[in-house]
Amino acid sequence: MKSDLQQQFIRDMVAETDEGLDRYDTAILRLEKGDAPPDTLNEIFRVVHTLKGTAGCLGFHSIEKLAHAGESLMDALRTGTLGMTPDIASGLLKLSESLRRLLRRVDTNGNDGPAAEIEAQAGQLLAMRDESAATDQAGPVAGGVDPGDSAFDVAGAGVSAPGYGATAPDASTQPAVAWGLFDDAPGAPAEAPAALVSAPAPVAKAVPATPAADASTAAANNSTVRVDVALLDRLMNLVGELVLSRNQLTQIAQSRTVRPESVLEISQRINLVTAELQEGVMKTRMQPIGNVWAKFPRVVREVARELGKEVRLDLVGSNTELDRTILESIRDPLTHIVRNSIDHGIESPARRAEAGKPPEGHLIMRAFHEGGQVNIEIVDDGAGIDLARVKQKALNRGLITAEEGARLSDRDATALIFLPGLSTAEKITRVSGRGVGMDVVKTNIEKIGGSVDVQSTLGRGTSIKIKIPLTLAIVPALIVHAGGERFAIPQVSLVELVRLEGESAARGIERVYDTPVFRLRGNLLPLVFLQKELALPPAAEPDSAFNIVVLQADRRSFGLVVDAISDTEEIVVKPLDLHLKGLPMFAGATIMGDGRPALILDALGVAQHAKIVGDGQEHRGAEGLGRAADSAGQAEGKRTQWLLFSLPGRDRLALPLDQAARLEEFPAGSIERSGGREAVQYRGQIMPLVRLSQHVGGTTDQGASEPLRVIVYHDQGRSVGLVVGQIHDIVEHDGAGQKNGRAPGLLGSAVIGGRITDLIDVPAILHA
Amino acid sequence: MPKQLCTFYIADLFLGLDVLAVQEVLRASELARVPLAPRHVEGLLNLRGQIVTAIDLRRRLGLAPRETGAESMFMIVRTDNAFVALIVDRVGDVIEVDPGSFEEPPDTLRGAIRGLLSGVHKLPGSLLHILDADQTAAVPAHAA
Repeated sequence: MKSDLQQQFIRDMVAETDEGLDRYDTAILRLEKGDAPPDTLNEIFRVVHTLKGTAGCLGFHSIEKLAHAGESLMDALRTGTLGMTPDIASGLLKLSESLRRLLRRVDTNGNDGPAAEIEAQAGQLLAMRDESAATDQAGPVAGGVDPGDSAFDVAGAGVSAPGYGATAPDASTQPAVAWGLFDDAPGAPAEAPAALVSAPAPVAKAVPATPAADASTAAANNSTVRVDVALLDRLMNLVGELVLSRNQLTQIAQSRTVRPESVLEISQRINLVTAELQEGVMKTRMQPIGNVWAKFPRVVREVARELGKEVRLDLVGSNTELDRTILESIRDPLTHIVRNSIDHGIESPARRAEAGKPPEGHLIMRAFHEGGQVNIEIVDDGAGIDLARVKQKALNRGLITAEEGARLSDRDATALIFLPGLSTAEKITRVSGRGVGMDVVKTNIEKIGGSVDVQSTLGRGTSIKIKIPLTLAIVPALIVHAGGERFAIPQVSLVELVRLEGESAARGIERVYDTPVFRLRGNLLPLVFLQKELALPPAAEPDSAFNIVVLQADRRSFGLVVDAISDTEEIVVKPLDLHLKGLPMFAGATIMGDGRPALILDALGVAQHAKIVGDGQEHRGAEGLGRAADSAGQAEGKRTQWLLFSLPGRDRLALPLDQAARLEEFPAGSIERSGGREAVQYRGQIMPLVRLSQHVGGTTDQGASEPLRVIVYHDQGRSVGLVVGQIHDIVEHDGAGQKNGRAPGLLGSAVIGGRITDLIDVPAILHA
Repeated sequence: MPKQLCTFYIADLFLGLDVLAVQEVLRASELARVPLAPRHVEGLLNLRGQIVTAIDLRRRLGLAPRETGAESMFMIVRTDNAFVALIVDRVGDVIEVDPGSFEEPPDTLRGAIRGLLSGVHKLPGSLLHILDADQTAAVPAHAA
């Protein structure tokens, strides 16, 4: 049994080296690319060198030996006798992998296993070094080996000098002498020659140990946390304050007469300190996503190399923080998605060249907070998902029927890739293509309350968006009141606050048909009354002023009218129970200062509930920007002529002039009926009449004897008469207006000539 | 082996839950309402920093609503897949029952209680309705 002190050393070694090796991996990748700062090699050399020393002291000779071999190779790189090649990079990366494996074994079993296991790898590393040394010696150009190098590591020179393989017995006995210093395990030298000659065997033996060890690393990683020293100091200060307050409290409790003020004072102090303490401790649990991402450059490199592809990885938002437990659970799904993107998504350089893309594929991983959730996007510029093939595959596997396949929207078809047993890879590779994977990714992410969404354009690329709730995450939020309840609105979705008082409160809110809107700097802002939206009882004393919280959801803004606005607070987001999962307008709950829970509003959910944005609508990429606006006025940016008119009871309406052929007046008596519909004879033809008032509201009781004012409208080659009230004017306007999803027959509304005008959607009315 | 049950009352029903599923019993306190929530959800409760959904067992069992101002208690139920507060009228003793007195619910049993009741214990003078903790704390199929 090892002593406590030794145990402590071992733990420190494992933890320190784990971090060191992460840096090491990144550094190797950068060195390979050639964009590493000059000191990088020295830095990673030190990582391995320190490990070698510590492991030697503690008697872990396999680690020591392997580290030593790596160190020798790196030293050659450092002194410039050797240049970085992809093979050397791979060798060095494998080294860190093996070192990690050995460390894990030390962590779990307390020993690092027989030296024979690593013998082959150590040999390879040294061989790599010697290979170049040999060429250096052969070719006079390089100027020979630095004599200092050989002197520096006696053991390394011992192995390498005789050459590799050919004089294997030498190579094995020689190190035995050198390593005798460290009291090596007996028998290791005897095994060494075999290991050197039959290199693959020990490697194969070592591999099965990995999965079991993997599970234990997670445990090792979880048991320690890095905390910002400043934060730790703050926590310590708070604990100090807490102790002081407690002392005061005990003192008061013992005194005979207690002044109520002094109790109040202490309770306030304790209140404050505990709250800050709570928050501080919570913060120690938050970790940047970069901790998980750190290994991706390496994963990408390896997978890409294996598949003969070139991939550039960009990581955006590495410092986005989320809870440790969540961080752990997204590690595997993310790895899977990344592997998938490279294997299925990004094409081979030749194929990319054919498609006119740069040979190097581009993979972006992006993380950001939005609406109380963490969003992670993995975007590639590869081939995209061939929906026809996905459907065909699903059909072949019997996952859908032909009829279902034909009815599937693109979005639903894309979602098929999440079905178990579906793989679109033409051939099964080692990396992916076995049809287990995306379904597992989806289940794992849904298990932590998240969602996965895939969007893909054939030939352009695929983007996978993961949304994860910020369980335990701390977000700044605005606290508002409505219907006697408190709600928290995450600051990320907040745009601005508007308060209307007195006269402006009375006149500020206008209506588009029945939908309340507010003119915010000339633009119409649809309003949602939170109290009505959530079916809460009205406030006891209705305020004459309006508080409008302007929110952003899915690139559209809307105003949320609340009874009162209080403060902004940092809140701890807690997820809602399964019983409340069906309520998209709540992102979670939090506990307020007084200990009562309050619900957190989800801007997108509220907007969807209020039909401000469509239900299925998700955040789209930049290319999707303004889609909604497009449908509102097909001619956005281009000024078109609009015909202003009114109906009895609706005095501000407009329709596009370009399709209106003529304005006519018909005597009331000329109306006849054709097929049950009102019609008039117009230029020898029967022209059906459409009374707009029946479609967009307003009263229909026009004087029966008054002549009808009709806009003759061309619709798909025939004429239709639109019956209107008064025709006022023709104006030029760009047609850009606010869409409001509620009123039928309207494109939306716009401010024309300083007044809110509803824009008529004529095709929608004619085809209703 | 005798089984320990935590007993409670709702209206004139005498009910019991496996004592291992019941974490604690609390006097009812004020809840934060959840607008537009399913009917059986009464609100949210702060249990020492954790947010727990409070479920009105009367509604869940399809009984008449509690009179306003009537006493009630929270039973915090924790199972492998649920953590909720059940609102009950009154909490009784923890009792030991003889497995021999257990009987499955009658086939003729109807209504909301059907899926929640795992059986009854025939006690002298009364029938103790045993609720399945998992089912009772789970989301009702129709309210999802």
